[in-house]
Amino acid sequence: MAASVVDRTSYKYKLGTNRLGLWLFILSDAFVFGGLLVSRFYLMGNTRPHLEQTLGLVVTAILLVSSFFMNRAETAMAHGDQKTFLQGTLITLVLGVVFLVGVVGVEWQLAPFGPGDGAHGAMFYMMTGMHAFHVLTGVIFLWIVYRNGRKGLYTAEKHWAVEACATYWHFIDVVWIFFYPALYLIGTVVG
Amino acid sequence: MNEKKKVNFLTLGLVRGIIFQVVGALLGMGFTMLIRILIGLPAWNAEPVWVSGMFVGVIAFLIGVGAFSDWFKWAKGEETSDHHSADPSLPGWAKYYSISFDHKVIGIQYGITSILVLGLAGTFALIFRTELAAAKMQFLDLGTFNSLIGLHGIVMIAAILLGIGAMSNYLVPLMIGASDMAFPRLNAFAFWINVPGALLVVSSLFFGGFDTGWTAYPPLSARAPLGMQMFFLGVYVIGLSSILGSLNIIVTTIRMRAPGMNYFRMPIFVWASVATSIIGLTATQFIALSFQMVMFQRLLGMGFFDPGNGGNVILFQHLFWFYSHPAVYVFILPGLGMISEILPVFSRKPLFGYKWIALSSMAIALVGFFVWAHHMFTSGMAEYLRVPFMYSTMLVAVPTGVKFFSWTGTLWRGKISFPTPMLFTLGAISVFLLGGLTGPPNATVATDLHLHDTYWIVGHFHATMFGGFMFPFFAAIYYWFPKITGKMYNEAAGKWHFWLMFPAFYVQSLGQMRIGLLGMRRRIADYDPALNFDFSHLIITIAGFVIFTSVVIFVVNIWRSVKRGEVAASNPWNSRSPEWLLPTPIPEHNYADHPFEVVGEPYDYGLEDAPYIKMPSASATD
Repeated sequence: MAASVVDRTSYKYKLGTNRLGLWLFILSDAFVFGGLLVSRFYLMGNTRPHLEQTLGLVVTAILLVSSFFMNRAETAMAHGDQKTFLQGTLITLVLGVVFLVGVVGVEWQLAPFGPGDGAHGAMFYMMTGMHAFHVLTGVIFLWIVYRNGRKGLYTAEKHWAVEACATYWHFIDVVWIFFYPALYLIGTVVG
Repeated sequence: MNEKKKVNFLTLGLVRGIIFQVVGALLGMGFTMLIRILIGLPAWNAEPVWVSGMFVGVIAFLIGVGAFSDWFKWAKGEETSDHHSADPSLPGWAKYYSISFDHKVIGIQYGITSILVLGLAGTFALIFRTELAAAKMQFLDLGTFNSLIGLHGIVMIAAILLGIGAMSNYLVPLMIGASDMAFPRLNAFAFWINVPGALLVVSSLFFGGFDTGWTAYPPLSARAPLGMQMFFLGVYVIGLSSILGSLNIIVTTIRMRAPGMNYFRMPIFVWASVATSIIGLTATQFIALSFQMVMFQRLLGMGFFDPGNGGNVILFQHLFWFYSHPAVYVFILPGLGMISEILPVFSRKPLFGYKWIALSSMAIALVGFFVWAHHMFTSGMAEYLRVPFMYSTMLVAVPTGVKFFSWTGTLWRGKISFPTPMLFTLGAISVFLLGGLTGPPNATVATDLHLHDTYWIVGHFHATMFGGFMFPFFAAIYYWFPKITGKMYNEAAGKWHFWLMFPAFYVQSLGQMRIGLLGMRRRIADYDPALNFDFSHLIITIAGFVIFTSVVIFVVNIWRSVKRGEVAASNPWNSRSPEWLLPTPIPEHNYADHPFEVVGEPYDYGLEDAPYIKMPSASATD
């Protein structure tokens, strides 16, 4: 009987538990973004706000590229390549900050409307704001992982924090893949 | 609390947390004013300054109580102890006032908070029930009346969520043979965040209250007093607790079961908890989102629900009810699971239709996602939505009927005994039947147009909550009391509790339904004496006071029994569930020294040679 019992205290078993927890968190969080998308289509229908198209394309590209480096960092860690891991994490972090500056620092200033200007204003600022808040938490997470990585706390076998950070970062990226067309591409421009 | 035991008051997590919350709120307010000056706005504007201050206060509470301590250590790259242990310098009672990672301590914390909050919400109800006992306004002003009904609603919801937290945190790990929850720190966090949240909700009384009722529909909520914002913020915070608690229950159930316990050998309560948690994990985000959108509409002028600014109030109702209808299944499913849990024990018969009843909880939870707009038949939403939502709502009656069938089948020809937990279980079935049968008339569009927003709805809703939560909750407390405390409660007082509460509840609920059918509107402070509702209202009010008295008897009973009750037997009910084979009090790491294997079905009561578990360490004493 004892032989069939899985060792619940092993790192491997805990890793599986942690993964499940993270994915359930992501499922829950996805409902926030889902709710925002529903609200966007409910209030704005087949119209979209007047936005800076080039800037939108650039920040989207930056976020997508950052996910590539995040994946590279995580894969490197899984192979024990400390240097590439740190490099990838740092690049992801910088690209994340650039994305934030692009959306909050530039797009919010360029937009010809404020949060109080109709459904477009409200939905645009709410959606980008909620997403930017998640990017910000992701950047903080990246910074923590980078800092601990430099201390050499992660190994090829044990790097759950790196994996969690990467999964979360990809999730934020996927959300933007839905938000970008919803705000920039779908429907006719109004206002 | 108890200075004579020589505990430094300030080392108690609760005290530190509240001090931090006050200081944090003040700092947050100062910081907000500073930013306002820097961006060229006048420093003082009550709404943004208070809201952001209170938000910072919540985070400060959690830092003060120590909910973040281990996570901060992890972020700094430090290791923390894998196994939690109680601080040996604290006397037994003090651990309940400070942060603890032990699921049993957290379960008790949830339970005590729940009963306190329940008493508060009940007091709110008694105040406005007294006002309603006669026509004309007696002693309340209209604004206070409105705030009180809203607070009664939301504080009761908080009490119910806390009560569910109590049952599921204490029982799920014990029932599945785990040493603790999957994420003990998250568990402690999810409990403690309720405290500042509850304080915020109640603080709304001091910020002018709010006059929307607990549903907080805009446009009224968009221009209600500042108390509205405290309500939103408090509910938002309590919702986070619900989400994280649900996550923990699901992961614990999937990953921590004892050897041999496959899904269809889990106790029904565990099934019910998982079903509840699926709703809590996902749908809760929608009420959070809808409240957040109203908050931002008030703070930043965003026009989500402002028809004059591109918004639509119906959107709020859709978002709100997408959570708030499934939420009632969150409230009742654990209670219904509890009924199935206790019934076979006192019928000494196997639970009838185990698989069906396990899956019926899941079915109710899943169907519950597709019924929300039945709250909106009169709202002005698109008319073609009414009939589909009518049918989906009716569908809920099917799995609920399965449960009733199973309960009847379990009782049929059982050797039934009637100690207090069984009385409450049977009471729950009876009251929930009343609540259940009064549901379909509200789901049917034609009748709902008449019944909407009347006391009929109030009566129906209270019957579902009492049958689905209150009675099972009390049953659970009486049932597990001997295991939790090692003492026996006073049986006579328990029976008084039941025999006062049960008939009084019927009087109250049927009375409400009666005047509702005759046209009494809900949520109003006064009514026309010509309607002749005075006598009915007086009876309902008296019934309300009787219910409150019965709860006071319960609290006194529990209090006295903990202090000087008789020592209880280790397994007084002859239960098959593994937690009853553990020594009392249950060791800190549950089954660490008492491993067991599941070898049979959980509810085979009264059958020869049909063991559920094999626990080598228990065989010597049994």
